[in-house]
Amino acid sequence: MSTLFLPGQAIINVGLRSFAETIDRAGAQVVQLEWQPPAGGDRALGMQLAALVNHPRVEQANQRAYAAYLEAQPMLTGVARAGEVLPAFGPRMLLHAGPPIAFEQMCGPMQGAIFGAILHEGWASDVNGARQLAASGKVALAPCHHHGAVGPMAGVISPSMPVWIVENAANGKRAFSNFNEGLGKVLRFGAHNREVLERLRWMADALAPVMSAVLAKHGPLELKPLIAQALHMGDECHNRNAAASSLLLKKLVPAALMSNLPQSQLGEALSFIAGNDHFFLNLSMAACKAMLDAAHGLAGSSLVTAMARNGVRFGIRLSGTGDEWFEAPALPVDGLYFPGYGPQDAAADLGDSAITETAGLGGFAMAGSPAIVQFVGGTPAQAIANTLSMTHITLGRNHAFTLPAINFSGTPAGIDARKVLDTGIGPIINTGMAHRQAGVGQIGAGITRAPLECFARAIAALAARVGP
Amino acid sequence: MAMQYQIIPKAYRDSVALMQLSSALTQMPGIAQASAVMATPNNVELLREAGLDPGTVSAGPNDLLIVVQGEEAALAPALAEAQRRLSSQSAAPASPADEPMIARSIVMALEQGPANLALISTPGEYAAAEALKALNVGLNVMLFSDNVSAADEVMLKRHAQARGLIVMGPDCGTAIINGVPLAFANVVQRGAIGCVAASGTGLQEVTALIDRLGQGISQAIGTGGHDLSVEVGGISMLQGLADLAVAADTEVIVLISKPPAPAIAERILSAARACGKPVVVNFLGADHRALSGGNIHGVRTLEDAARAAVALAQGKAPQVESRPAAQSVPVTLNKTQRYVRGLYSGGTFCFEATLLLQEAFDDVWANTPTGRAHRLEDVWSSRGHTLVDLGDDVFTRGRPHPMIDHRLRNERMVREAEDPELAVILLDVVLGFGSHPDPAAEIVPAIEAARSRAARDGREIAFVGHICGTHGDPQNLQQQTARLSLAGMLLTESNAQAVRLAHRIVAAAKAHR
Repeated sequence: MSTLFLPGQAIINVGLRSFAETIDRAGAQVVQLEWQPPAGGDRALGMQLAALVNHPRVEQANQRAYAAYLEAQPMLTGVARAGEVLPAFGPRMLLHAGPPIAFEQMCGPMQGAIFGAILHEGWASDVNGARQLAASGKVALAPCHHHGAVGPMAGVISPSMPVWIVENAANGKRAFSNFNEGLGKVLRFGAHNREVLERLRWMADALAPVMSAVLAKHGPLELKPLIAQALHMGDECHNRNAAASSLLLKKLVPAALMSNLPQSQLGEALSFIAGNDHFFLNLSMAACKAMLDAAHGLAGSSLVTAMARNGVRFGIRLSGTGDEWFEAPALPVDGLYFPGYGPQDAAADLGDSAITETAGLGGFAMAGSPAIVQFVGGTPAQAIANTLSMTHITLGRNHAFTLPAINFSGTPAGIDARKVLDTGIGPIINTGMAHRQAGVGQIGAGITRAPLECFARAIAALAARVGP
Repeated sequence: MAMQYQIIPKAYRDSVALMQLSSALTQMPGIAQASAVMATPNNVELLREAGLDPGTVSAGPNDLLIVVQGEEAALAPALAEAQRRLSSQSAAPASPADEPMIARSIVMALEQGPANLALISTPGEYAAAEALKALNVGLNVMLFSDNVSAADEVMLKRHAQARGLIVMGPDCGTAIINGVPLAFANVVQRGAIGCVAASGTGLQEVTALIDRLGQGISQAIGTGGHDLSVEVGGISMLQGLADLAVAADTEVIVLISKPPAPAIAERILSAARACGKPVVVNFLGADHRALSGGNIHGVRTLEDAARAAVALAQGKAPQVESRPAAQSVPVTLNKTQRYVRGLYSGGTFCFEATLLLQEAFDDVWANTPTGRAHRLEDVWSSRGHTLVDLGDDVFTRGRPHPMIDHRLRNERMVREAEDPELAVILLDVVLGFGSHPDPAAEIVPAIEAARSRAARDGREIAFVGHICGTHGDPQNLQQQTARLSLAGMLLTESNAQAVRLAHRIVAAAKAHR
């Protein structure tokens, strides 16, 4: 029996509003679309997108991918040198944030971070030498994402730097992230002066062994419950990590005190953590990476498994399109600036930290962190609206991450590239802003969106793989 | 450039609130830079680096420090503004989260509740994609949009067929589903007669007439004019027929189309024969008698279709020949006046008129000719008996449809009135949703203008037409009828009757000569 005559059904009106008014006057239910040509008005792509809507193979793959994402149990298991644990990490290799990019094309902060990393490794003795080495092509450059890792802002990781090891207990796979250096003059914003290099050295030589010993004492630390708790305390675990960092410290302190490390060493390490409200960010990112890697690689899936920026280009990956990046120019960030800085000083959107939004945190969890929406003059109500708007481009809710402000329902999670392209609703990203010049540091924070062009390219590629 | 600062003791604000304040102050006229911070040593140092050195200040981390830099006269107002902003509790605006976000895609609209139909009227180049999405999520489709390629139409209809869904259109102007008028449709009572039509105005005429004859419509399904082509194969008409065959509230079925290709006609008719309900078939221009037999009742005009369906619904044998209009004609024609000029807004009315008029006359010309009618080379000027479909693409390019915008037809009426050979102006007036809200207001002045133009040459003109509409239509059928009659328009019950009346007027004048 045809469904055309079913009673009590709504009519969806796509186009002329007067038709909806007629239907409404006749007493029937009608939903008027706020319609714009999808896929940027590209007719052929629009047809490809339409063919993927509710496509059984895509639906099935998405279901499996989403389940794997939900089932992931990221555990912080330890600390190691990047060169020893990151898969396929070469001896003369540096990792960076975002999709692949050549040294010459990198933005200021990323180039500055590359210099710093070269100096840190002792591959050059001064900045000029570092610049020459970087330009010579004798240092291999690759995205963190290609080696199982993520890094905030410039995201530069060198072989001797310590990394967090986060293991997904559900599948035994590992994800990695570097250590957070704090605010001010730091490598991730491109600074590479003596102060920065000394801190990097200290983090490798002093902080990492302490963390290693403390974690050995504590045992594997479950990250999802910690994130969940932080979400109830005003964090969204991207641009605000004050609660999560405190919670982490609370977990670490007893283990630290029970370790046999000298008090001075412990005191130094714990003070460093206590003084950095963003200390947890890198762990949040590694946890998100572990959850999304679990969902990656399912043929046909339109689930977004990575969003990352290199300061020039914004790139995304889909579960169903392998390791290919779909890129567009990185957009400027809308937000507030520290004293003395303005939009003319800002680098474009930068860093792997949008992995948090990809996993349903950050901008997607803004309802739980209204302090963040204030960066763009918003209100708590808008923070809630922002979170709810993301439900229209995601596959579901992650009930491990509930938010009081939306009646304890889960954060919208699992971005479906089809829905992004069809609705034109770009994923919201909370982010810090880097100064365009190397070494100046963070100059503000705000909100941006993932460019729709990335999703258009991704859908074209997925359509080619899935076929009619 | 001048600088001024202010300390507000024990007034803690978080850094984001302070950045907002700084940003607001910086945007004030005459202010070059402004910064509001909690006066920690670190922050004071930051201010210094930013060139906002307040000097030595006696303030601590819990004191708020505001520094403004710019034109002398602008500093005090900026600091006052800072005070105002800090003391006012910002009233939170109404929560945007209270209302669901307006749907931006079909998938998103479905999140609001169940639906069974998407009505699509986007520009043609995007319409096929929207239709495909709708079908993929299990919705039936009414595709009002035109300019959808034949290949896309076939693809969509096969896609729908495989899923037990229907695509009404492309270029489907009219449907009534569960009593709900869609796009251009009349307000009709519900009843036992179900229609499937490849013609929008044809469907309007039949449903409106059925309503006026006291019966009602269960469902009225449009298929789009291309559905019965060889390429498409009548997929939608067959689907509609199948749907009506099993619909409990439908006792009689009416099928309306221009004559399909023989193979397609046979496919439709054999499905109709097997559907188990009486079926009235109006293939405009086909030999209707040849269609009849068993449960199939072939009819010649739209009016006959309505009358036959009403009779069948009442359990009577259908009367298949329409009665000629018996009306006195208060118009005196002089001997040059010989021709009928039909100016139509409804394509199917024009088509039907072309068929009927050529039964009586040889020299029938039309811009969309059928049968023995001749093709009008210059569509802008008439010759002999001329019938013009003003809804044809030639006339609607860059202009609203003549059912909405009467200007083109009104101008043409006056131009026709200049012609000493003109005897009858034949019109259709379409009411219902989508049409002009008050057609009489447009047509009456044109009738008067045409009449006075003819009167200058000592001639009278007959204005003949019919109103396609019902008493439920928003335009008020009774008023429209009264005003058009008052203006001297001779109104008949149907288009077919109007054509016959026009013919009779011309024939009578000839007989008098």
